[in-house]
Amino acid sequence: MSAINGVSTASSDITSVLAQNPALCVADFPLVINDLTVAYRDKPVLQDIDLYVPSGRLCAVIGPNGAGKSTLIKAALGLIPAAAGTVRIFGKSYADARDRVGYVPQRTSVDWDFPTTAIDVVTMGTYGKLGWLKRPGKAEHERAMHALEQVKMADFAQRQISQLSGGQQQRVFLARALAQDAQLYFMDEPFVGVDAVTEEAIIGLLKSLRGQGKTVIVVHHDLDSAPEYFDWLVLLNVRLMASGPFEGTFTTDNLRRTYGGAMSAAIKHFEHLGR
Amino acid sequence: MNVLDLITDYTLRNVALGSALLGIVSGVLGCFAVLRRQGLLGDALAHAALPGICLAFLLTGSKTPLVLLLGAAVAGWLGTLALLRIVRDTRISEDSALGIVLSVFFAIGILLLTFISKRNDANQAGLDKFLFGQAAALISDDIAAMLILGTIALVVIALLYKEFKLITFDAAFAASIGLRTNLLGVLLTSLIVIAVVIGLKTVGVVLMASMLVGPAVAARQWTNKLGAMVALAAMFGALSGVTGAALSMTSDGLPTGPMVILALTAIVLLSLFFAPERGLVWDWMRRLQHKEAKFQGPGPNA
Repeated sequence: MSAINGVSTASSDITSVLAQNPALCVADFPLVINDLTVAYRDKPVLQDIDLYVPSGRLCAVIGPNGAGKSTLIKAALGLIPAAAGTVRIFGKSYADARDRVGYVPQRTSVDWDFPTTAIDVVTMGTYGKLGWLKRPGKAEHERAMHALEQVKMADFAQRQISQLSGGQQQRVFLARALAQDAQLYFMDEPFVGVDAVTEEAIIGLLKSLRGQGKTVIVVHHDLDSAPEYFDWLVLLNVRLMASGPFEGTFTTDNLRRTYGGAMSAAIKHFEHLGR
Repeated sequence: MNVLDLITDYTLRNVALGSALLGIVSGVLGCFAVLRRQGLLGDALAHAALPGICLAFLLTGSKTPLVLLLGAAVAGWLGTLALLRIVRDTRISEDSALGIVLSVFFAIGILLLTFISKRNDANQAGLDKFLFGQAAALISDDIAAMLILGTIALVVIALLYKEFKLITFDAAFAASIGLRTNLLGVLLTSLIVIAVVIGLKTVGVVLMASMLVGPAVAARQWTNKLGAMVALAAMFGALSGVTGAALSMTSDGLPTGPMVILALTAIVLLSLFFAPERGLVWDWMRRLQHKEAKFQGPGPNA
Protein backbone atom coordinates (compact mmCIF):
# COMPACT_ATOMS: atom_id res chain seq x y z
CA MET A 1 0.00 0.00 0.00
CA SER A 2 1.36 3.37 -0.95
CA ALA A 3 0.26 6.84 0.07
CA ILE A 4 -0.06 9.43 -2.67
CA ASN A 5 -0.96 12.97 -1.66
CA GLY A 6 -2.16 11.46 1.57
CA VAL A 7 -4.49 9.17 -0.31
CA SER A 8 -3.98 5.50 0.31
CA THR A 9 -4.17 3.61 -2.91
CA ALA A 10 -4.51 -0.05 -2.25
CA SER A 11 -7.37 -0.67 -4.62
CA SER A 12 -9.02 0.74 -7.72
CA ASP A 13 -12.30 0.56 -5.80
CA ILE A 14 -13.28 3.90 -4.34
CA THR A 15 -15.09 2.48 -1.28
CA SER A 16 -11.94 1.06 0.25
CA VAL A 17 -10.05 4.28 -0.49
CA LEU A 18 -12.75 6.32 1.22
CA ALA A 19 -12.81 3.90 4.16
CA GLN A 20 -9.11 4.45 4.70
CA ASN A 21 -9.32 8.22 4.22
CA PRO A 22 -12.31 9.38 6.26
CA ALA A 23 -11.56 13.01 5.46
CA LEU A 24 -12.32 12.45 1.78
CA CYS A 25 -15.63 12.07 -0.01
CA VAL A 26 -16.60 11.14 -3.57
CA ALA A 27 -17.04 14.80 -4.49
CA ASP A 28 -13.27 15.27 -4.01
CA PHE A 29 -12.60 12.98 -6.95
CA PRO A 30 -12.91 14.27 -10.50
CA LEU A 31 -13.86 10.81 -11.74
CA VAL A 32 -15.28 7.79 -9.96
CA ILE A 33 -16.64 4.87 -11.95
CA ASN A 34 -18.57 2.07 -10.26
CA ASP A 35 -19.33 -1.27 -11.84
CA LEU A 36 -19.67 0.21 -15.33
CA THR A 37 -20.73 -2.08 -18.16
CA VAL A 38 -21.25 -0.90 -21.74
CA ALA A 39 -22.48 -3.15 -24.54
CA TYR A 40 -23.04 -2.84 -28.28
CA ARG A 41 -25.76 -5.21 -29.46
CA ASP A 42 -25.29 -7.55 -26.48
CA LYS A 43 -21.54 -7.67 -26.90
CA PRO A 44 -19.81 -6.16 -23.86
CA VAL A 45 -17.30 -3.46 -24.75
CA LEU A 46 -16.60 -2.56 -21.15
CA GLN A 47 -17.33 -4.87 -18.27
CA ASP A 48 -17.56 -4.23 -14.54
CA ILE A 49 -15.23 -1.24 -14.52
CA ASP A 50 -14.37 0.17 -11.10
CA LEU A 51 -11.92 3.02 -11.00
CA TYR A 52 -11.23 6.49 -9.71
CA VAL A 53 -8.86 9.29 -10.61
CA PRO A 54 -7.70 11.74 -7.92
CA SER A 55 -7.56 15.48 -8.45
CA GLY A 56 -4.61 17.13 -10.18
CA ARG A 57 -3.54 14.07 -12.11
CA LEU A 58 -2.47 13.39 -15.67
CA CYS A 59 -4.03 10.01 -16.28
CA ALA A 60 -3.33 7.77 -19.27
CA VAL A 61 -5.89 5.23 -20.42
CA ILE A 62 -3.93 2.49 -22.13
CA GLY A 63 -4.92 -0.79 -23.74
CA PRO A 64 -4.91 -2.68 -27.04
CA ASN A 65 -7.19 -1.88 -29.99
CA GLY A 66 -10.78 -2.66 -29.15
CA ALA A 67 -10.09 -2.47 -25.42
CA GLY A 68 -12.83 0.11 -25.00
CA LYS A 69 -10.61 3.13 -24.27
CA SER A 70 -12.67 5.62 -26.28
CA THR A 71 -15.84 3.94 -25.07
CA LEU A 72 -14.77 4.55 -21.47
CA ILE A 73 -14.46 8.28 -22.16
CA LYS A 74 -17.71 8.41 -24.11
CA ALA A 75 -19.57 6.52 -21.39
CA ALA A 76 -18.16 8.90 -18.77
CA LEU A 77 -19.44 11.82 -20.87
CA GLY A 78 -22.85 10.23 -21.25
CA LEU A 79 -22.43 9.96 -25.03
CA ILE A 80 -23.01 6.21 -24.87
CA PRO A 81 -25.60 4.70 -22.55
CA ALA A 82 -24.28 2.38 -19.86
CA ALA A 83 -25.89 -1.04 -19.51
CA ALA A 84 -25.07 -0.95 -15.80
CA GLY A 85 -23.04 1.01 -13.29
CA THR A 86 -22.56 4.66 -12.41
CA VAL A 87 -20.18 7.47 -13.32
CA ARG A 88 -19.63 10.28 -10.85
CA ILE A 89 -17.89 13.51 -11.81
CA PHE A 90 -16.94 15.45 -8.67
CA GLY A 91 -19.59 13.36 -6.93
CA LYS A 92 -22.36 14.32 -9.34
CA SER A 93 -23.93 12.83 -12.43
CA TYR A 94 -22.40 14.01 -15.68
CA ALA A 95 -25.46 16.09 -16.52
CA ASP A 96 -25.00 18.04 -13.29
CA ALA A 97 -21.21 18.36 -13.55
CA ARG A 98 -21.06 19.17 -17.27
CA ASP A 99 -19.84 22.73 -16.75
CA ARG A 100 -16.67 21.41 -15.11
CA VAL A 101 -15.75 19.02 -17.92
CA GLY A 102 -13.88 19.60 -21.18
CA TYR A 103 -13.71 17.15 -24.06
CA VAL A 104 -11.31 16.64 -26.95
CA PRO A 105 -12.77 14.06 -29.38
CA GLN A 106 -10.59 12.16 -31.82
CA ARG A 107 -9.42 14.55 -34.50
CA THR A 108 -10.58 12.25 -37.29
CA SER A 109 -14.14 12.21 -35.96
CA VAL A 110 -15.07 15.42 -37.78
CA ASP A 111 -14.99 16.70 -41.36
CA TRP A 112 -12.20 19.27 -41.47
CA ASP A 113 -13.51 20.61 -44.77
CA PHE A 114 -16.40 22.13 -42.83
CA PRO A 115 -16.70 25.82 -43.76
CA THR A 116 -15.32 27.45 -40.64
CA THR A 117 -12.21 29.04 -39.18
CA ALA A 118 -9.90 28.00 -36.33
CA ILE A 119 -11.16 30.74 -34.00
CA ASP A 120 -14.76 29.76 -34.75
CA VAL A 121 -14.12 26.14 -33.77
CA VAL A 122 -12.45 27.26 -30.54
CA THR A 123 -15.38 29.56 -29.79
CA MET A 124 -17.59 26.45 -29.82
CA GLY A 125 -15.91 25.62 -26.51
CA THR A 126 -17.74 28.56 -24.95
CA TYR A 127 -21.20 27.40 -26.13
CA GLY A 128 -21.76 25.13 -23.11
CA LYS A 129 -21.65 27.95 -20.57
CA LEU A 130 -23.36 30.34 -22.97
CA GLY A 131 -26.64 28.42 -23.06
CA TRP A 132 -29.42 28.24 -25.62
CA LEU A 133 -30.27 30.99 -28.09
CA LYS A 134 -27.45 33.31 -26.98
CA ARG A 135 -24.79 34.22 -29.50
CA PRO A 136 -21.10 34.28 -28.56
CA GLY A 137 -20.02 37.87 -27.95
CA LYS A 138 -16.82 39.74 -27.19
CA ALA A 139 -16.09 37.89 -23.93
CA GLU A 140 -16.42 34.51 -25.65
CA HIS A 141 -14.25 35.65 -28.52
CA GLU A 142 -11.53 36.80 -26.13
CA ARG A 143 -11.63 33.53 -24.24
CA ALA A 144 -11.28 31.64 -27.51
CA MET A 145 -8.38 33.84 -28.61
CA HIS A 146 -6.64 33.29 -25.28
CA ALA A 147 -7.08 29.53 -25.68
CA LEU A 148 -5.56 29.70 -29.17
CA GLU A 149 -2.58 31.60 -27.76
CA GLN A 150 -2.05 28.88 -25.17
CA VAL A 151 -1.59 26.29 -27.92
CA LYS A 152 0.51 28.72 -30.02
CA MET A 153 -2.09 28.97 -32.75
CA ALA A 154 -3.04 32.64 -32.44
CA ASP A 155 -1.56 33.42 -35.87
CA PHE A 156 -3.89 30.90 -37.46
CA ALA A 157 -7.11 32.20 -35.91
CA GLN A 158 -8.70 33.23 -39.20
CA ARG A 159 -7.42 30.23 -41.14
CA GLN A 160 -9.95 27.88 -42.74
CA ILE A 161 -9.59 24.63 -40.78
CA SER A 162 -8.96 22.45 -43.83
CA GLN A 163 -5.81 24.48 -44.49
CA LEU A 164 -4.30 23.46 -41.15
CA SER A 165 -1.93 20.53 -40.72
CA GLY A 166 -3.01 17.55 -38.64
CA GLY A 167 -1.06 18.79 -35.66
CA GLN A 168 -2.49 22.29 -35.97
CA GLN A 169 -6.00 20.86 -36.17
CA GLN A 170 -5.30 18.89 -33.00
CA ARG A 171 -4.16 22.07 -31.26
CA VAL A 172 -7.36 23.81 -32.35
CA PHE A 173 -9.32 20.97 -30.74
CA LEU A 174 -7.27 21.36 -27.55
CA ALA A 175 -7.87 25.09 -27.56
CA ARG A 176 -11.59 24.48 -27.86
CA ALA A 177 -11.42 22.33 -24.72
CA LEU A 178 -9.41 25.06 -22.95
CA ALA A 179 -12.11 27.55 -23.87
CA GLN A 180 -14.51 25.30 -21.95
CA ASP A 181 -12.60 26.37 -18.83
CA ALA A 182 -13.07 23.01 -17.11
CA GLN A 183 -11.68 21.22 -14.07
CA LEU A 184 -11.59 17.79 -15.67
CA TYR A 185 -10.56 17.11 -19.27
CA PHE A 186 -11.08 14.02 -21.39
CA MET A 187 -8.84 13.74 -24.44
CA ASP A 188 -9.23 10.99 -27.03
CA GLU A 189 -5.90 10.14 -28.69
CA PRO A 190 -4.56 13.71 -28.88
CA PHE A 191 -1.08 12.52 -29.84
CA VAL A 192 -2.09 10.52 -32.93
CA GLY A 193 -0.59 11.78 -36.17
CA VAL A 194 0.82 15.03 -34.80
CA ASP A 195 4.18 16.68 -35.47
CA ALA A 196 6.90 17.17 -32.85
CA VAL A 197 5.94 20.83 -32.28
CA THR A 198 2.37 19.86 -31.51
CA GLU A 199 3.41 16.97 -29.27
CA GLU A 200 5.54 19.37 -27.25
CA ALA A 201 2.73 21.92 -27.12
CA ILE A 202 0.34 19.27 -25.86
CA ILE A 203 2.73 18.07 -23.15
CA GLY A 204 3.37 21.64 -22.03
CA LEU A 205 -0.34 22.21 -21.89
CA LEU A 206 -1.01 19.02 -19.90
CA LYS A 207 1.59 20.01 -17.35
CA SER A 208 0.30 23.53 -17.03
CA LEU A 209 -3.22 22.18 -16.52
CA ARG A 210 -1.94 19.89 -13.79
CA GLY A 211 -0.12 22.87 -12.29
CA GLN A 212 -3.50 24.60 -11.99
CA GLY A 213 -4.86 21.60 -10.11
CA LYS A 214 -6.84 20.30 -13.05
CA THR A 215 -7.20 16.68 -13.98
CA VAL A 216 -6.65 15.33 -17.48
CA ILE A 217 -7.63 11.85 -18.67
CA VAL A 218 -5.97 10.92 -21.95
CA VAL A 219 -6.55 7.93 -24.20
CA HIS A 220 -3.01 7.06 -25.19
CA HIS A 221 -1.48 4.36 -27.33
CA ASP A 222 2.26 4.93 -27.11
CA LEU A 223 3.80 2.91 -24.28
CA ASP A 224 7.18 4.50 -24.97
CA SER A 225 6.19 8.05 -24.09
CA ALA A 226 3.63 7.23 -21.42
CA PRO A 227 5.99 7.08 -18.40
CA GLU A 228 7.35 10.52 -19.30
CA TYR A 229 3.97 12.24 -19.58
CA PHE A 230 1.63 10.70 -17.03
CA ASP A 231 1.44 10.15 -13.28
CA TRP A 232 -1.72 8.04 -13.10
CA LEU A 233 -2.59 5.01 -15.18
CA VAL A 234 -5.66 3.03 -16.21
CA LEU A 235 -4.92 -0.24 -18.01
CA LEU A 236 -7.93 -1.47 -19.90
CA ASN A 237 -8.93 -4.45 -21.97
CA VAL A 238 -12.72 -4.64 -21.82
CA ARG A 239 -12.22 -5.21 -18.11
CA LEU A 240 -10.08 -3.04 -15.90
CA MET A 241 -6.65 -4.66 -15.75
CA ALA A 242 -5.06 -2.26 -13.30
CA SER A 243 -5.27 1.35 -12.24
CA GLY A 244 -3.43 3.59 -9.85
CA PRO A 245 -0.33 5.76 -9.56
CA PHE A 246 1.73 5.38 -12.72
CA GLU A 247 4.92 4.08 -11.11
CA GLY A 248 3.39 1.11 -9.34
CA THR A 249 0.92 0.26 -12.09
CA PHE A 250 3.08 0.40 -15.22
CA THR A 251 4.66 -3.02 -14.72
CA THR A 252 5.54 -5.71 -17.23
CA ASP A 253 3.11 -8.02 -15.46
CA ASN A 254 0.20 -5.62 -15.75
CA LEU A 255 1.05 -4.82 -19.36
CA ARG A 256 1.25 -8.49 -20.22
CA ARG A 257 -2.17 -9.06 -18.68
CA THR A 258 -3.58 -6.07 -20.52
CA TYR A 259 -2.22 -6.95 -23.91
CA GLY A 260 -2.80 -10.67 -23.44
CA GLY A 261 -1.22 -13.49 -25.41
CA ALA A 262 -0.73 -11.22 -28.39
CA MET A 263 2.36 -9.87 -26.61
CA SER A 264 2.66 -6.64 -28.49
CA ALA A 265 6.00 -5.55 -29.77
CA ALA A 266 5.80 -2.76 -27.27
CA ILE A 267 6.01 -5.09 -24.30
CA LYS A 268 8.96 -6.92 -25.77
CA HIS A 269 10.49 -3.55 -26.20
CA PHE A 270 10.05 -2.90 -22.51
CA GLU A 271 11.54 -6.19 -21.47
CA HIS A 272 14.42 -5.28 -23.68
CA LEU A 273 14.79 -2.07 -21.74
CA GLY A 274 14.86 -4.17 -18.58
CA ARG A 275 11.71 -2.79 -17.01
CA MET B 1 -42.84 40.75 -70.33
CA ASN B 2 -40.63 43.34 -68.72
CA VAL B 3 -39.13 43.71 -65.27
CA LEU B 4 -41.92 45.96 -64.07
CA ASP B 5 -44.47 43.21 -64.77
CA LEU B 6 -42.86 41.18 -61.99
CA ILE B 7 -44.28 43.69 -59.53
CA THR B 8 -47.53 44.78 -61.14
CA ASP B 9 -48.83 41.64 -62.84
CA TYR B 10 -50.68 39.33 -60.42
CA THR B 11 -49.44 36.05 -61.87
CA LEU B 12 -45.91 37.23 -62.44
CA ARG B 13 -45.70 38.70 -58.96
CA ASN B 14 -46.80 35.42 -57.43
CA VAL B 15 -44.33 33.51 -59.52
CA ALA B 16 -41.44 35.81 -58.66
CA LEU B 17 -42.29 35.88 -54.95
CA GLY B 18 -42.91 32.14 -54.74
CA SER B 19 -39.80 31.07 -56.55
CA ALA B 20 -37.61 33.55 -54.68
CA LEU B 21 -39.01 32.36 -51.38
CA LEU B 22 -38.48 28.72 -52.22
CA GLY B 23 -34.93 29.50 -53.36
CA ILE B 24 -34.10 31.30 -50.13
CA VAL B 25 -35.52 28.64 -47.81
CA SER B 26 -34.11 25.66 -49.68
CA GLY B 27 -30.77 27.44 -50.08
CA VAL B 28 -30.46 28.03 -46.33
CA LEU B 29 -31.68 24.57 -45.26
CA GLY B 30 -29.74 22.94 -48.09
CA CYS B 31 -26.45 24.12 -46.54
CA PHE B 32 -27.15 22.08 -43.44
CA ALA B 33 -28.47 19.13 -45.46
CA VAL B 34 -25.33 19.06 -47.60
CA LEU B 35 -22.92 19.50 -44.68
CA ARG B 36 -24.69 16.72 -42.79
CA ARG B 37 -24.36 14.60 -45.96
CA GLN B 38 -28.14 14.42 -46.18
CA GLY B 39 -28.47 15.89 -49.65
CA LEU B 40 -30.20 12.79 -50.98
CA LEU B 41 -32.50 12.72 -47.99
CA GLY B 42 -34.25 15.68 -49.58
CA ASP B 43 -34.80 13.58 -52.69
CA ALA B 44 -36.44 10.73 -50.77
CA LEU B 45 -38.41 13.28 -48.82
CA ALA B 46 -39.72 15.11 -51.89
CA HIS B 47 -40.80 11.87 -53.58
CA ALA B 48 -42.38 10.68 -50.35
CA ALA B 49 -44.43 13.88 -50.22
CA LEU B 50 -46.47 13.02 -53.34
CA PRO B 51 -48.81 10.45 -51.75
CA GLY B 52 -49.30 12.91 -48.91
CA ILE B 53 -50.58 15.56 -51.31
CA CYS B 54 -52.94 13.06 -52.95
CA LEU B 55 -54.24 11.71 -49.66
CA ALA B 56 -54.76 15.18 -48.26
CA PHE B 57 -56.85 15.97 -51.35
CA LEU B 58 -58.80 12.69 -51.19
CA LEU B 59 -59.55 13.08 -47.50
CA THR B 60 -60.56 16.72 -47.52
CA GLY B 61 -61.68 17.23 -51.11
CA SER B 62 -59.94 20.56 -50.86
CA LYS B 63 -57.07 21.98 -52.81
CA THR B 64 -56.32 24.63 -50.22
CA PRO B 65 -52.54 25.05 -50.43
CA LEU B 66 -51.94 24.81 -46.70
CA VAL B 67 -53.91 21.52 -46.53
CA LEU B 68 -52.01 19.96 -49.42
CA LEU B 69 -48.65 21.15 -48.09
CA LEU B 70 -49.41 19.76 -44.65
CA GLY B 71 -50.27 16.43 -46.27
CA ALA B 72 -46.98 16.60 -48.14
CA ALA B 73 -45.09 17.47 -44.98
CA VAL B 74 -46.60 14.61 -42.98
CA ALA B 75 -45.89 12.07 -45.73
CA GLY B 76 -42.38 13.41 -46.26
CA TRP B 77 -41.76 13.23 -42.56
CA LEU B 78 -43.05 9.65 -42.38
CA GLY B 79 -40.78 8.76 -45.29
CA THR B 80 -37.81 10.27 -43.47
CA LEU B 81 -38.62 8.42 -40.26
CA ALA B 82 -39.01 5.16 -42.20
CA LEU B 83 -35.63 5.79 -43.78
CA LEU B 84 -33.89 6.55 -40.48
CA ARG B 85 -35.47 3.50 -38.83
CA ILE B 86 -34.39 1.20 -41.68
CA VAL B 87 -30.82 2.45 -41.40
CA ARG B 88 -30.82 2.11 -37.62
CA ASP B 89 -32.59 -1.21 -37.18
CA THR B 90 -31.54 -3.26 -40.19
CA ARG B 91 -28.30 -3.98 -41.97
CA ILE B 92 -29.50 -2.20 -45.11
CA SER B 93 -27.15 0.65 -46.00
CA GLU B 94 -28.37 4.22 -46.23
CA ASP B 95 -28.25 4.48 -50.03
CA SER B 96 -30.26 1.28 -50.48
CA ALA B 97 -32.76 2.37 -47.84
CA LEU B 98 -33.05 5.69 -49.67
CA GLY B 99 -33.77 3.88 -52.94
CA ILE B 100 -36.45 1.75 -51.29
CA VAL B 101 -38.27 4.55 -49.46
CA LEU B 102 -38.09 6.92 -52.42
CA SER B 103 -39.56 4.51 -54.97
CA VAL B 104 -42.21 2.97 -52.71
CA PHE B 105 -43.65 6.33 -51.67
CA PHE B 106 -43.40 7.69 -55.19
CA ALA B 107 -45.12 4.62 -56.64
CA ILE B 108 -47.99 5.02 -54.19
CA GLY B 109 -48.13 8.70 -55.08
CA ILE B 110 -48.39 8.03 -58.81
CA LEU B 111 -51.06 5.39 -58.22
CA LEU B 112 -53.12 7.82 -56.16
CA LEU B 113 -52.59 10.54 -58.74
CA THR B 114 -53.89 8.23 -61.51
CA PHE B 115 -56.83 7.23 -59.33
CA ILE B 116 -57.72 10.84 -58.66
CA SER B 117 -57.47 11.89 -62.31
CA LYS B 118 -59.85 9.06 -63.34
CA ARG B 119 -62.58 10.20 -60.97
CA ASN B 120 -63.87 12.81 -63.38
CA ASP B 121 -63.75 15.37 -60.62
CA ALA B 122 -63.31 18.80 -62.15
CA ASN B 123 -61.75 19.99 -58.92
CA GLN B 124 -58.77 17.64 -59.25
CA ALA B 125 -57.20 19.52 -62.14
CA GLY B 126 -53.73 20.67 -61.28
CA LEU B 127 -52.59 18.02 -58.84
CA ASP B 128 -50.34 16.52 -61.52
CA LYS B 129 -48.52 19.86 -61.58
CA PHE B 130 -46.82 18.71 -58.40
CA LEU B 131 -44.73 16.31 -60.48
CA PHE B 132 -42.67 18.87 -62.37
CA GLY B 133 -43.97 22.11 -60.97
CA GLN B 134 -45.90 24.92 -62.58
CA ALA B 135 -45.08 28.31 -61.21
CA ALA B 136 -47.76 29.95 -63.36
CA ALA B 137 -50.36 28.03 -61.35
CA LEU B 138 -49.27 29.66 -58.10
CA ILE B 139 -52.09 31.65 -56.48
CA SER B 140 -51.80 34.08 -53.61
CA ASP B 141 -52.98 31.39 -51.18
CA ASP B 142 -49.96 29.34 -52.23
CA ILE B 143 -47.69 32.27 -51.60
CA ALA B 144 -49.26 32.84 -48.18
CA ALA B 145 -48.76 29.18 -47.22
CA MET B 146 -45.16 29.25 -48.46
CA LEU B 147 -44.54 32.50 -46.64
CA ILE B 148 -45.83 31.13 -43.33
CA LEU B 149 -43.89 27.85 -43.54
CA GLY B 150 -40.76 29.53 -44.87
CA THR B 151 -40.76 32.16 -42.15
CA ILE B 152 -41.10 29.47 -39.47
CA ALA B 153 -38.16 27.56 -40.93
CA LEU B 154 -35.92 30.62 -41.22
CA VAL B 155 -36.76 31.90 -37.74
CA VAL B 156 -35.95 28.53 -36.17
CA ILE B 157 -32.64 28.42 -38.06
CA ALA B 158 -31.80 31.95 -36.92
CA LEU B 159 -32.59 31.18 -33.28
CA LEU B 160 -30.75 27.86 -33.14
CA TYR B 161 -27.99 28.72 -35.60
CA LYS B 162 -25.10 28.04 -33.23
CA GLU B 163 -26.62 24.77 -32.03
CA PHE B 164 -27.27 23.56 -35.58
CA LYS B 165 -23.76 24.54 -36.61
CA LEU B 166 -22.27 22.60 -33.73
CA ILE B 167 -24.26 19.38 -34.22
CA THR B 168 -23.42 19.52 -37.91
CA PHE B 169 -19.69 19.98 -37.35
CA ASP B 170 -19.13 17.83 -34.26
CA ALA B 171 -22.11 15.94 -32.87
CA ALA B 172 -20.13 14.16 -30.14
CA PHE B 173 -18.78 17.42 -28.73
CA ALA B 174 -22.24 18.97 -29.00
CA ALA B 175 -23.68 16.12 -26.96
CA SER B 176 -20.88 16.46 -24.41
CA ILE B 177 -21.85 20.05 -23.64
CA GLY B 178 -25.44 19.01 -23.14
CA LEU B 179 -27.10 19.66 -26.51
CA ARG B 180 -29.89 17.22 -27.29
CA THR B 181 -28.33 16.18 -30.57
CA ASN B 182 -31.03 13.66 -31.54
CA LEU B 183 -33.78 16.16 -30.95
CA LEU B 184 -31.93 18.91 -32.81
CA GLY B 185 -31.22 16.49 -35.65
CA VAL B 186 -34.90 15.63 -35.97
CA LEU B 187 -35.78 19.32 -35.83
CA LEU B 188 -33.28 20.14 -38.56
CA THR B 189 -34.63 17.32 -40.71
CA SER B 190 -38.16 18.63 -40.12
CA LEU B 191 -37.04 22.04 -41.33
CA ILE B 192 -35.64 20.37 -44.44
CA VAL B 193 -39.08 18.82 -44.90
CA ILE B 194 -40.53 22.33 -44.82
CA ALA B 195 -38.04 23.55 -47.40
CA VAL B 196 -38.95 20.68 -49.71
CA VAL B 197 -42.67 21.17 -49.22
CA ILE B 198 -42.42 24.87 -50.04
CA GLY B 199 -40.93 24.09 -53.42
CA LEU B 200 -43.26 21.28 -54.43
CA LYS B 201 -45.76 23.29 -56.46
CA THR B 202 -43.10 25.39 -58.14
CA VAL B 203 -40.36 22.87 -58.85
CA GLY B 204 -42.15 19.54 -58.38
CA VAL B 205 -41.34 16.45 -56.36
CA VAL B 206 -39.02 14.98 -58.97
CA LEU B 207 -36.48 17.78 -59.07
CA MET B 208 -36.91 19.41 -55.68
CA ALA B 209 -33.84 17.76 -54.14
CA SER B 210 -31.59 19.73 -56.49
CA MET B 211 -32.93 22.93 -54.98
CA LEU B 212 -31.47 21.81 -51.66
CA VAL B 213 -28.13 20.58 -52.93
CA GLY B 214 -27.39 23.01 -55.78
CA PRO B 215 -27.32 26.40 -54.01
CA ALA B 216 -25.35 24.95 -51.09
CA VAL B 217 -22.74 23.35 -53.32
CA ALA B 218 -22.36 26.51 -55.39
CA ALA B 219 -22.11 28.72 -52.28
CA ARG B 220 -19.50 26.46 -50.66
CA GLN B 221 -17.12 27.21 -53.55
CA TRP B 222 -17.01 30.92 -52.78
CA THR B 223 -16.53 30.97 -49.03
CA ASN B 224 -14.99 29.20 -46.06
CA LYS B 225 -17.47 30.46 -43.53
CA LEU B 226 -20.80 28.87 -42.76
CA GLY B 227 -22.60 32.20 -42.29
CA ALA B 228 -21.48 33.46 -45.68
CA MET B 229 -22.26 30.11 -47.25
CA VAL B 230 -25.83 30.23 -45.93
CA ALA B 231 -26.33 33.80 -47.18
CA LEU B 232 -24.87 33.02 -50.62
CA ALA B 233 -26.92 29.84 -50.93
CA ALA B 234 -30.08 31.81 -50.18
CA MET B 235 -29.09 34.30 -52.89
CA PHE B 236 -28.23 31.62 -55.47
CA GLY B 237 -31.45 29.78 -54.63
CA ALA B 238 -33.57 32.89 -55.09
CA LEU B 239 -31.76 33.87 -58.28
CA SER B 240 -32.22 30.49 -59.94
CA GLY B 241 -35.80 30.26 -58.69
CA VAL B 242 -36.82 33.59 -60.19
CA THR B 243 -34.82 33.10 -63.40
CA GLY B 244 -36.20 29.63 -64.00
CA ALA B 245 -39.77 30.61 -63.23
CA ALA B 246 -39.56 33.66 -65.51
CA LEU B 247 -38.09 31.55 -68.33
CA SER B 248 -40.80 28.92 -67.96
CA MET B 249 -43.45 31.58 -68.47
CA THR B 250 -42.07 32.77 -71.78
CA SER B 251 -43.68 29.79 -73.45
CA ASP B 252 -47.01 28.23 -72.59
CA GLY B 253 -46.90 24.93 -70.73
CA LEU B 254 -43.15 24.92 -70.14
CA PRO B 255 -42.69 23.17 -66.76
CA THR B 256 -41.06 25.41 -64.19
CA GLY B 257 -39.05 22.79 -62.29
CA PRO B 258 -36.68 21.88 -65.12
CA MET B 259 -36.12 25.56 -65.99
CA VAL B 260 -35.27 26.42 -62.38
CA ILE B 261 -32.90 23.49 -62.15
CA LEU B 262 -31.18 24.45 -65.42
CA ALA B 263 -30.71 28.01 -64.17
CA LEU B 264 -29.33 26.60 -60.93
CA THR B 265 -27.02 24.24 -62.78
CA ALA B 266 -25.52 27.22 -64.63
CA ILE B 267 -24.73 28.86 -61.26
CA VAL B 268 -23.27 25.63 -59.87
CA LEU B 269 -21.05 25.12 -62.93
CA LEU B 270 -19.85 28.74 -62.88
CA SER B 271 -19.00 28.36 -59.20
CA LEU B 272 -17.23 25.03 -59.62
CA PHE B 273 -15.04 26.39 -62.42
CA PHE B 274 -14.45 30.01 -61.51
CA ALA B 275 -14.77 30.48 -57.75
CA PRO B 276 -11.51 31.82 -56.28
CA GLU B 277 -9.37 29.22 -54.47
CA ARG B 278 -11.68 26.27 -55.10
CA GLY B 279 -12.40 26.91 -58.81
CA LEU B 280 -11.19 24.16 -61.15
CA VAL B 281 -10.01 26.66 -63.76
CA TRP B 282 -7.52 28.26 -61.37
CA ASP B 283 -6.39 24.80 -60.39
CA TRP B 284 -5.70 23.91 -64.00
CA MET B 285 -3.91 27.21 -64.61
CA ARG B 286 -1.75 26.72 -61.55
CA ARG B 287 -0.82 23.26 -62.74
CA LEU B 288 -0.09 24.54 -66.24
CA GLN B 289 2.10 27.34 -64.90
CA HIS B 290 3.85 24.87 -62.67
CA LYS B 291 4.64 22.67 -65.64
CA GLU B 292 5.91 25.57 -67.74
CA ALA B 293 8.04 26.79 -64.88
CA LYS B 294 9.67 23.40 -64.78
CA PHE B 295 10.42 23.57 -68.54
CA GLN B 296 8.62 20.35 -69.13
CA GLY B 297 6.88 21.76 -72.18
CA PRO B 298 3.15 22.20 -72.67
CA GLY B 299 0.74 19.70 -71.19
CA PRO B 300 -0.92 17.00 -73.32
CA ASN B 301 -3.99 19.16 -73.94
CA ALA B 302 -2.13 22.35 -74.70
